[in-house]
Amino acid sequence: MRVTIDQDRCQGHGRCFSIAPDLFDSDELGNGVVVGDGVVPPDQEHLARLAVANCPEGAVSLEED
Amino acid sequence: MTHLPVADFATDFDHTDPTWVHDPYPIYDDLRARCPVAHSERYGGTWLPVRHHDVAAIANDHEHFTSRAVVVSEGRPGDEALPAPIGVAPPITSDPPFHQLARRLLLPAFSPRAIAGLEDFTRSLCTELLDGLGDLGRIDGAIDYAQHIPVGVIAKMLGFPPEDGDLFRDFVHTILEGVDLPFEERFAAFDPIEAYFIAQVEDHRAHPRDDLTSFLMNVELNGEKLQDQHVFGTMVLILAAGVDTTWSAIGASLWHLAQHDEDRRRLAADPGQLPIAIEELLRAYAPVTMARLVREDFEFEGCPMKKDDWVLLSFPAANRDPAAFDRADEVVIDREVNRHLAFGLGIHRCVGSNLARMELRVALECFLARYPEFHLADPDAVTWSRGQVRGPRTLPLRVG
Repeated sequence: MRVTIDQDRCQGHGRCFSIAPDLFDSDELGNGVVVGDGVVPPDQEHLARLAVANCPEGAVSLEED
Repeated sequence: MTHLPVADFATDFDHTDPTWVHDPYPIYDDLRARCPVAHSERYGGTWLPVRHHDVAAIANDHEHFTSRAVVVSEGRPGDEALPAPIGVAPPITSDPPFHQLARRLLLPAFSPRAIAGLEDFTRSLCTELLDGLGDLGRIDGAIDYAQHIPVGVIAKMLGFPPEDGDLFRDFVHTILEGVDLPFEERFAAFDPIEAYFIAQVEDHRAHPRDDLTSFLMNVELNGEKLQDQHVFGTMVLILAAGVDTTWSAIGASLWHLAQHDEDRRRLAADPGQLPIAIEELLRAYAPVTMARLVREDFEFEGCPMKKDDWVLLSFPAANRDPAAFDRADEVVIDREVNRHLAFGLGIHRCVGSNLARMELRVALECFLARYPEFHLADPDAVTWSRGQVRGPRTLPLRVG
């Protein structure tokens, strides 16, 4: 499983990196960025799904293996 | 100024009506069931969508809706009256493409990292306020506590004298609650605000220091410093958007927790749950309703909108839409999936959302640590602000 952020949609709500700080971070403008290669460790899968479900812009996606 | 009482909110709503001010949620629910886009002739023609879907659609539609003015009031700017492309309070009153430039300038100052740097200051401020209350058994959660927090933080950010807090609150009251004054009177009320900003800029010029005011005075856009109008306008925005809103969110959260022992005790026992809880409190008691103007005649969801009609963009109504949220009318303090619109969405997402969240979290954490037990001292004595920002303005609490 891998997370991605569509930078054209992200408006910097910050929900992803507050819910799943191991998977997401913020850039200097406050927009969300994926940490590393975005691969989700098994113990982070629930948080990854929550990050997707809570993004007001629908900018966060999950690619299932 | 008093208006005629509203007979039917579907055809004659007024967001300053006492029924609305007291409790707007039953009105939204009623309109959602039978409109769902209400219309009123008041303020020269105003529309009110109450479904999550419609509010989101309008927030994202800059082609048909302009942000030239975002506070519904008597009179409107008109095509020529407003200093395009800046607007009176950039970037909130700006449209693309200028909007993006003005917004980008501000974002780093409000990024999570920048805001984290204000957390210790905010915590000290909250602790000082609570210490100042001594061992009183009855306090006012809005007057003695909530209202001072954003004023103190914003004064710190802008480098304005902290003792000017009362003055800021008067300014913001003029901007946000004097919406039904005659146009000339409302316009004239801005003069002292501008005079104050001019004095602050002069003081910064004489005594340079590292704060948001100095930043606005010195930052360059397209190789040139910002026009005075832009600097003052952004100060108006930061004050108007940063004070009443957060004060309201803190107050409404205390109002809720005073009446829900289980939620309060849970958060007092485990402040680690606050980040999730404040999202739910923001959803249920979203303080801010935005507005747009209709750019040209346009039909939306079967409604014949006319150029320069107002549209009240009710994030509080969207956040209570059962089509978007399970148990929409209940506070579910550990709600995990919560795609609320308290900070709006799209390109005008609240620039201060990271700041507001930090202030709300710290304010509640400090208050709960000091008063794990508190209740409404007199539910009928609670009063609410009027206009597009909703929160308690008197909140008598029995504490301890």
